[in-house]
Amino acid sequence: MIVQFNPSAFGQTRWNEYFVRFVLGGTMTVVAGLLAARFGPVVGGLFLAFPAIFPASATLIEKHVRERKEKAGLRGARRGKEAAALDAAGAALGSFGLAAFGLVIWLLIVRSPAWALALAAVSWLAVAMLAWQVRRRV
Amino acid sequence: MVLEYALRFLAGGIAVSAFAMLGDTLRPKSFAGLFGAAPSIALATLLITLSHKGAPFAAVEGRSMIVGAFALASYSWVVCVLLKKYLLSSWTATTAAMVIWFVTALGGSAVLFQVP
Repeated sequence: MIVQFNPSAFGQTRWNEYFVRFVLGGTMTVVAGLLAARFGPVVGGLFLAFPAIFPASATLIEKHVRERKEKAGLRGARRGKEAAALDAAGAALGSFGLAAFGLVIWLLIVRSPAWALALAAVSWLAVAMLAWQVRRRV
Repeated sequence: MVLEYALRFLAGGIAVSAFAMLGDTLRPKSFAGLFGAAPSIALATLLITLSHKGAPFAAVEGRSMIVGAFALASYSWVVCVLLKKYLLSSWTATTAAMVIWFVTALGGSAVLFQVP
């Protein structure tokens, strides 16, 4: 299965849907900062992996797929849920990449902050893609 | 203080939106889902944390993030099951499963780090 980039998908999302994601993402970043300031970095760090925009994203995926299928005269309700379920399965695999990101930050950021952030981002992508490839073959 | 949190809001909003937009354009859906677990909030937060609280504080946050990531994996897997097997709506499944994230993250942190 080949990974495809489909820029026309931008047109499917309305500006208010982008706005909701922006506000949720911004709010969660503020909340993570407040929690770290109030309860310390152990609790604050947990919330760096909080599924803040997951409900909004999954709902959008379900809605877009349902609308597309119904437009084509198909029953869209079930297909919408399946698409959201696939997205959630992908996020579960991507979480291993997020764990790798945290590991690199933990081990390297005191020695070299810039390199640690760059290496952590690369590790996230590499581990997430590896997990996805392994899942496909199993 | 207000400026710091305004900056966090802006950086977090931009990072989360950017990863979400990238995920929207990718196929298959399972691959696009990887971006649902992108380190968007972490990147925005850690950059500001580094300048305000220093690297040792950020290192502890990174260690906790590993536990948070496994909580996110459990949460995502439960959401997938609720959608596929029980055919709940996305909103119901994703909000109901939040309890899984909290139990795994706070439980894991309590066992491993004795916090909270």
